[in-house]
Amino acid sequence: MPLAPAISNVEELKRYSALARILAWNSAAVRGAKFDRDELSIYIERSAIRNACSLLRDDSECPFNYLSDVTCVDWYPTEPRFEVIYHLLSIPNRERVRLKVKLDGVSPVVDSVVPVWPSANFFEREVFDLFGVRFSGHPYLRRIQMPEDWEGHPLRKDYPVEGYS
Amino acid sequence: MAHLNPTPVLEPGQDRTMILNMGPQHPSTHGVLRLLLEIDGETIVRLMPDIGYLHTGIEKTCEAKFYQQVVPLTDRIDYLCPLTNNLCYCLAVEKLLGLEIPPKAQWMRVLLNELTRINSHLVWLGTHAMDIGAVTVFLYCFREREDILRMFEMVSGQRMMTSYFRIGGLALEPPIGFFERVKVFVDQFPSKVDEYENLLTANPIWLKRTKGVAAISAEDAIQLGASGPTLRGSGVDFDLRRDMPYSSYDKFQFKVPVATEGDVFARYIIRVQELRESIAIIQQALAGMPEGRIKADAPKVVLPDREKMKTQMEALIYHFKIITEGFAVPEGEVYQAVESPRGEMAYYVVSDGTAKPYRVHMRSACLANMQLLPKMCEGHLIADVVAAIGSIDIVLGEIDR
Repeated sequence: MPLAPAISNVEELKRYSALARILAWNSAAVRGAKFDRDELSIYIERSAIRNACSLLRDDSECPFNYLSDVTCVDWYPTEPRFEVIYHLLSIPNRERVRLKVKLDGVSPVVDSVVPVWPSANFFEREVFDLFGVRFSGHPYLRRIQMPEDWEGHPLRKDYPVEGYS
Repeated sequence: MAHLNPTPVLEPGQDRTMILNMGPQHPSTHGVLRLLLEIDGETIVRLMPDIGYLHTGIEKTCEAKFYQQVVPLTDRIDYLCPLTNNLCYCLAVEKLLGLEIPPKAQWMRVLLNELTRINSHLVWLGTHAMDIGAVTVFLYCFREREDILRMFEMVSGQRMMTSYFRIGGLALEPPIGFFERVKVFVDQFPSKVDEYENLLTANPIWLKRTKGVAAISAEDAIQLGASGPTLRGSGVDFDLRRDMPYSSYDKFQFKVPVATEGDVFARYIIRVQELRESIAIIQQALAGMPEGRIKADAPKVVLPDREKMKTQMEALIYHFKIITEGFAVPEGEVYQAVESPRGEMAYYVVSDGTAKPYRVHMRSACLANMQLLPKMCEGHLIADVVAAIGSIDIVLGEIDR
């Protein structure tokens, strides 16, 4: 089973309703898209993420009513450094989509999606704890895995796996 | 959604209330979970889970290992379903590589996954019933669980930390006599499930403690990220094995139990029915087990057979290369979800083209299910907290990672 090449042409990917829906709402909100290994990723403008999420949740044809996961990848030392990743699931249509927001390393802040899906609460707290990304509008943004007085964010790439050398 | 907005530090909100600390070493929190309860008499006004006591940084460790070295780490996330975690990780990496897995390996994976589900549900049933006061069930469940652990030992050499699924297939051929052993087990197991049900399903004390307790609506369950039996207990008919099949699950016929009440009893009855459905799946797997290889034909990824390694130069070279330098995985990212006994377990693996994963993230079903706890318990009695914790079937190792 050889890998099919990834598609990153937004026009070609418009056949996917999630992308078409966001483009129809606000084409400036989409920064790019990729279809790779049967999974669709959409890069969203940072300021538009909460509205894009509630748009997809309330879509009448394919409601992405379930937030599976929120996580983050640190691409240190490139800038913008952080990618916050949202995995959405449509329970009625059995479909997934991945939204991505790029954040710079100096002050990584993005709107919280807790008002859209309350389930984002713990996921976003974990990203804040382990990556130091802040979610504005989060009801209770405190460390969740590490102790309250811990210094640093362990899953950042400039944080050593064992001991400072 | 007032219950999602606790004040930063939980302090008595009214004159009548006090703060009660439950855990982290409380016997019914199934590990090291701490709950902060604001109580008014026996009634819970607010509840706040405090987790992280078992955080071991597995995600960080994964980034420093070769792809194949991550497999044993995945065992240690959830000690009740190591094979489910093995499977989920292997599927994710196989998808990144574009590997095709031989049918026998896929069917073995299904068979062992369902055994794992039974194992996990048995521990859940035993401990959950013991929390509520029925000690006998625990002894019955652990009797059958022992049988399953012996089968795991037979197939992988380990009772709990199996690491039996590898990237590209299975670690070893199943030993002689393994299928017969599984057959003996599945033939007598339904009568054992009847035994558990005789003890609980119509037991008036059990019904009093579970019916109508910690109920949650379908809408809340979806909003708060519930999955697995917790979601199906609230009437949402969604099971990844049937609806987004992986590893040949689409070739099996089974029912997905759904209940509408959303209370502790609904979640109990669903898991008991899942025990029976898992038996049906195992029987189908035994009946239709394909012949053939157990590893994919990919010499750069899959370790060669021991015999070949000792007789063929090429095989020895590949063995040496995989062990010392790992194998490069093409750039990309994959989100692979499987239906674990607790719900949607998923691995998000990002590759930058090297032999070590750039990022491995585990989506924990328990972490999401835990968010239902305040909604389930607020306004109810302290004694019901124990029933509610048991009914969402938490494993703290998976929550904290």
